[in-house]
Amino acid sequence: MKQLLYSKRLAPYLFILPFLVTLAVFWIVPLGRSFVMSTQEVLYGQATFIGLDNYERLWRDRIFWQALYNSLRYTVLTLVLLIPIPLALAALINSNIGSARIKAFFKASMFVPALTSVVVAGIVFRLIFAESDVAIMNQVADFLGFGPVRWLRGDATGLVALLAIALWRWTGVNTMYFLAGMQAIPTEYYEAASIDGASKVRQFIHITIPNIRPTIVYVVTISVYGGLSMFLESFMLYAGNNSPNNQGLTVVGYLYRKGIEENDLGFASAVGVVLLAVIMAINISYLVASGTFKKEAA
Amino acid sequence: MMAALQENVQTATARATPAERRTRPSTGAWVQSVLLLVMALISLVPLIAIFVGTFQDGNEVIRRGVSFDVDLGSLSLDNYVLLFTDSGPYFRWFANTLLLTVGQVVGTLLVSSFVAYGFAMYEFRTKTLWFIMVLLVMTVPFEMLMLPLYVQVNDMGLADTYTVIALPFLASAVTIFFFRQYFLGIPKEILEAGRVDGVSEFGIFFRLVLPITRPAMAAMAILNGMLCWNNFLWPLLVLRSPEKFTLPIGLNTLLTPYGNNYELLIIGAFFSLIPVLILFLAFQRFFIEGITAGAVKG
Repeated sequence: MKQLLYSKRLAPYLFILPFLVTLAVFWIVPLGRSFVMSTQEVLYGQATFIGLDNYERLWRDRIFWQALYNSLRYTVLTLVLLIPIPLALAALINSNIGSARIKAFFKASMFVPALTSVVVAGIVFRLIFAESDVAIMNQVADFLGFGPVRWLRGDATGLVALLAIALWRWTGVNTMYFLAGMQAIPTEYYEAASIDGASKVRQFIHITIPNIRPTIVYVVTISVYGGLSMFLESFMLYAGNNSPNNQGLTVVGYLYRKGIEENDLGFASAVGVVLLAVIMAINISYLVASGTFKKEAA
Repeated sequence: MMAALQENVQTATARATPAERRTRPSTGAWVQSVLLLVMALISLVPLIAIFVGTFQDGNEVIRRGVSFDVDLGSLSLDNYVLLFTDSGPYFRWFANTLLLTVGQVVGTLLVSSFVAYGFAMYEFRTKTLWFIMVLLVMTVPFEMLMLPLYVQVNDMGLADTYTVIALPFLASAVTIFFFRQYFLGIPKEILEAGRVDGVSEFGIFFRLVLPITRPAMAAMAILNGMLCWNNFLWPLLVLRSPEKFTLPIGLNTLLTPYGNNYELLIIGAFFSLIPVLILFLAFQRFFIEGITAGAVKG
């Protein structure tokens, strides 16, 4: 025992043991079973091997494709909104003009939404996008000269509500990421550019963007994961996993419906395996692109 | 008298001028400040709306949604009276969430820092492999794992316990990653000094290193505390008994179409934010540090 506690050779393995056990019991075994189950028909605990039938069913399943389309659409649109806007805001805060006190207030207020649970966010946004003509979004619509809109009944307007939740919750966090990156850029770069007469916009494009590239790549990657695995925002906004014509159904929502609600574990596992494959492909290409493998190996 | 006054005014102006010259805001600064203020206010609207909603009739709020058009005469403290006198299981959910959060955070900090220490302070043959596993686990969204993990813990007979909510996440990849970065900055001489004094490898960690990791502990306590307090999807899958419900789960049960407890829904949702908001106001720096922890620097 004493030898065990003092051994420099054994110690690292004992230190990382909790992670190894977690990895084995709660990741590798369940994921492995998920692969196995995806080739089975699981009914009342009875599993029968059916080969790739689940995948074939999935291929011909219109609702699965719709869910995939919804997830992809949401992912692309969150990227379009949640990268440029926070970048611009971070640049604004990072500039040496303006009041420090307003900037501090701005940072704090933009960060607060990230503290709320998805449950509370969902409840509030359901009420903001309520159908009555006095609900906040319909007041805004009225002010802009249209409406009232039954936001959560229509496909496009329902998507607007989902994107509004995403914008509200993550603009502040992404701004903080970019700001941290920008603050690490040496000010000499900008001074030199100013002497050469480069405008602020050119400085932003030629100095800021290239220097925070790792941060941008990171934020894009986590946004892709977040987008593809989005489920709870829709679940809360529509007060459940059902929305008109499945307009709010995502891949994970479909997995939840099949696996948890309908207990069709084999088919749901196939949905999970397909999604995991997509995510892992993105994950590994990110780690390669960012040079993480090289850095850790060195 | 006049002259004295005039002289006063003159000195006041004279004193103000140099400072004014330094800080007089340019047009750009004005535009920037107004823009930031407006965005900050928009981002606070949902929270202000729900706060105002706590003074209104719950059924009315659910029917109309939250609105800028507030009838000041109809505001009352009825919901607050209800919350503190007749809120049924609400404070049980509150206490459950608090208990689970404290337990899970303490566990996560201990286990994850323990693992991180192994990665940071030792060289061993398979280190790179296992650390890449940490990075993969860190980025795979939980939604990918939920179904197989759910099946797994059901088979292990762990469903409907707090143990199963916490156990798979005590060796938390993000927390391990953060602590490892922190430990890499600690001089290895401390370890050598401990060894010379005859302290075991684990004694060095617990008695010499842990006491000097307070800032990292604070950031990770905040991050994990917030995540646990808001945790929804995993508890939604595994909790069955109403007496074990946490705040997000309990609030979600109030959001049914057949609900007759909407007064409690609004004020309950608002009240669940308060602990996190208070902590945020007190420890804003740790929040931002903790939440942006995942960003790989350089």
